Amino acid sequence: MTQPRRAPETPTMDTAAAHKDVFKTIGYYGADMLLNMGPQHPSTHGVINFIVQTDGEVMKRAIPEVGYLHRSIEKIAEKVGYNGFMPYTDRVDYIAAMFANQGYAMAVEKLLSIEVPVRSEYCRVIACELNRIASHLISAGTMSMDVGAITPFPYALREREYINDLIEELCGARLTYNYMRIGGVAFDLPVGFTDKVLQFCDHFDKVLVEFDRLITENEIFIQRLGGMGVITAEQAKSYGLVGPNLRGSGIDFDVRRDLPYSVYKDFEYIIPVGRGAKGTVGDSWDRFFVRVVEMRESSRIVRQAIQKIPDGPVMAKVPRKIKPAAGLEAASRIEAARGEMLYYVVADGTEAPYRVKVRTGSFTAMGIIDDLSRGMMIADLVALIASLDVVAPEIDR
Amino acid sequence: MQHALDTFISNQFHVDAATWAWTQVIYAIAIGLAAFALVNFGAILAGIFSWAERRIAARMQSRIGPNRVGPGGFLQWFADAVKLMLKEDLIPTQSDSILYRMAPYFVMVGFSCTFVVLPFSHAIAATTMDLGLFYIIAITALIVVGVLLSGWASNSKWSLFGAMRAAAQIVSYEIPGGMALMVPLLISGTLSMQEMIRMQGGIQPEAGGNFLTAGGWPWNWNIFHDPAAFVCFFIYFTAALAEGNRAPFDLAEAESEIVAGYNTEYSGFRFSVFFLVEWGNVWVMSAIACTAFLGGWQVPGISLAALDNATGLSSIGLELLSLSFFVVKTLSLCFVVIWLRWTLPRIRVDSMMSLCWKYLVPAAFASIIFETVWVLAFARSPSFQLFFGVIMSIAAGAVPLWLFAKRTFDNIRDTGDRVDLTNW
Repeated sequence: MTQPRRAPETPTMDTAAAHKDVFKTIGYYGADMLLNMGPQHPSTHGVINFIVQTDGEVMKRAIPEVGYLHRSIEKIAEKVGYNGFMPYTDRVDYIAAMFANQGYAMAVEKLLSIEVPVRSEYCRVIACELNRIASHLISAGTMSMDVGAITPFPYALREREYINDLIEELCGARLTYNYMRIGGVAFDLPVGFTDKVLQFCDHFDKVLVEFDRLITENEIFIQRLGGMGVITAEQAKSYGLVGPNLRGSGIDFDVRRDLPYSVYKDFEYIIPVGRGAKGTVGDSWDRFFVRVVEMRESSRIVRQAIQKIPDGPVMAKVPRKIKPAAGLEAASRIEAARGEMLYYVVADGTEAPYRVKVRTGSFTAMGIIDDLSRGMMIADLVALIASLDVVAPEIDR
Repeated sequence: MQHALDTFISNQFHVDAATWAWTQVIYAIAIGLAAFALVNFGAILAGIFSWAERRIAARMQSRIGPNRVGPGGFLQWFADAVKLMLKEDLIPTQSDSILYRMAPYFVMVGFSCTFVVLPFSHAIAATTMDLGLFYIIAITALIVVGVLLSGWASNSKWSLFGAMRAAAQIVSYEIPGGMALMVPLLISGTLSMQEMIRMQGGIQPEAGGNFLTAGGWPWNWNIFHDPAAFVCFFIYFTAALAEGNRAPFDLAEAESEIVAGYNTEYSGFRFSVFFLVEWGNVWVMSAIACTAFLGGWQVPGISLAALDNATGLSSIGLELLSLSFFVVKTLSLCFVVIWLRWTLPRIRVDSMMSLCWKYLVPAAFASIIFETVWVLAFARSPSFQLFFGVIMSIAAGAVPLWLFAKRTFDNIRDTGDRVDLTNW
């Protein structure tokens, strides 16, 4: 017997009951509109949800809801072993995977007391700084797109493609690099690589001038971002902001200079700090500008690294089976593209770490959004998220 | 139009058109054909604009743009239209489905009815309605009804946001836009679009003019008539951008903020109607600006009498010439509209409102007052008007050219770039 052709009855959803939990969590029982901004919103930079409590254009609050992209990366480390975890670190922050690689490698090297060859440190610096440029390009491009200027985005991505080509030549991958190893790097610089990088730097310095004229100094752009989303120095410290977000608030702190690691003390570079040139210190434009200047400085570091790179091996002697003694622990702090990244590794005498903890910049940056969003406009919330340069995988890991 | 039809009737049917019973039927058929032609012109034009905009945007963003369907990707708009029409026309279950279905038609009617009075050339215009300009301002207000309906009926929070933004924006900007159009109205003393263009003909030979004073020279255009008209052109252009939801005023469909605004829930044919209107509006706003400020179809050096009295082949030639002048001016303005969209960031909603109420509206009112005084003072002195027009047009031509050249050369100096037109 054929079934009668009827549309299945739509289950009636008790909206009030479904939202009750949300209401309870955010302590909201009023008459304002609750708006789910995300997880598929075009400008939340990945799968993040913002519960926006709003009455028209002006928001009362925006509560970030994270965890949509949680992949238990730290737990995976406890199963796959020290060397096996390296590819997973790429996925901690796939926009700037080199840093996640380096932080983890440095932590395990500390655990094993391995001296890394100088040439490999230089390789790491070159790769990381190229990656920082790529990451900041994405940040600057998406930020301008979030305030409605679409043209700077392809310009930024075009330059990023050149970097991707370079890094592909270096390690064979364009996004999840898996370039570094415990004790060094996987591959030495390929033949002709240094020339290509220098060529790129020459080209890129000019492009930055163009980029500044295109968007950084744009009148509407300044009007949108100057004085918007101001994070004071106290707020930045108490919320644990790191990297460009912290420096945008006027605090002069950079792990590369203040807690030197790798070979960063060999280079000359400027740490840009937000000065409130277009509004207040710590506004969104400052954070944007800090990133733009950092790109220029990264290009400088790359040039110096290529001039100074010594000959030698790129891998230290590392035991075939990595088995640190039980109870050993090590932490490494590096300046990643999204700020200070901390790896904390505890060994228990087996071939896999007892615990790996990653501390990332985006996660703490999410905390401040609730505070800043009060009384802000919806259009500004989008720009604020972009100015904090949060990336969903790095928040959730 | 009526005259031509009457002649046609008396020639073909050998009857007096005024008394013949079927005259009205012939009129109705003619009106139907004209409406069909104009709506299709709007639709096809909007389609071609979608291709042009993507090509221009691609060029500005160092990309290639659509390049697979047809030469230079030209048929891309056709493929897109077919695709959109074949898509499922999804109506959300919880929407107000009657209003939801109705909304695109309001938008479509508001757009296509403007072609009733939009001129194309000396003789090509659907009507010469005396209230032309007023009619256009009135009929385009229908678009906001459709937009508001679509946002409300979608029963989606983002759509409602977009609709509210659009309503606030379009209603606000109609005021400076309409006020700015008062200035060419004061200059030419008529609301009719065709008459307004005819008034921008300068000093005709009958009145002692010559080749350099008659016809569509820049110094005869309304925009260079006096400073107030010059200001009002930009006020109108800005307001038209905002009314047409074009960047930097595309707040109603700001993708990065409110997903897609009022058309978030639309799909298939209804969605394509919204976009057809958006692109078609680029032409409409440029054509109005061209008519009111830029001399419309006036051909430089050709007097109105020459256009009116031409017969046979020369009449067709002059008609084509005036058509091409109108189209070239309008398309240049369209290009500026597209250019702005791919250059500027979006203005925030509060600055958009304050720009309108704090700057454009007072400026428009001040311009009207200035203009009345100017017209009273200099209406009897066409030679002074001509002198002033020449100065204004030379200055207005030289300054942008100089700025453009300076920026281009600065850029080439800073980046070591070169002028490259090879991969167009």
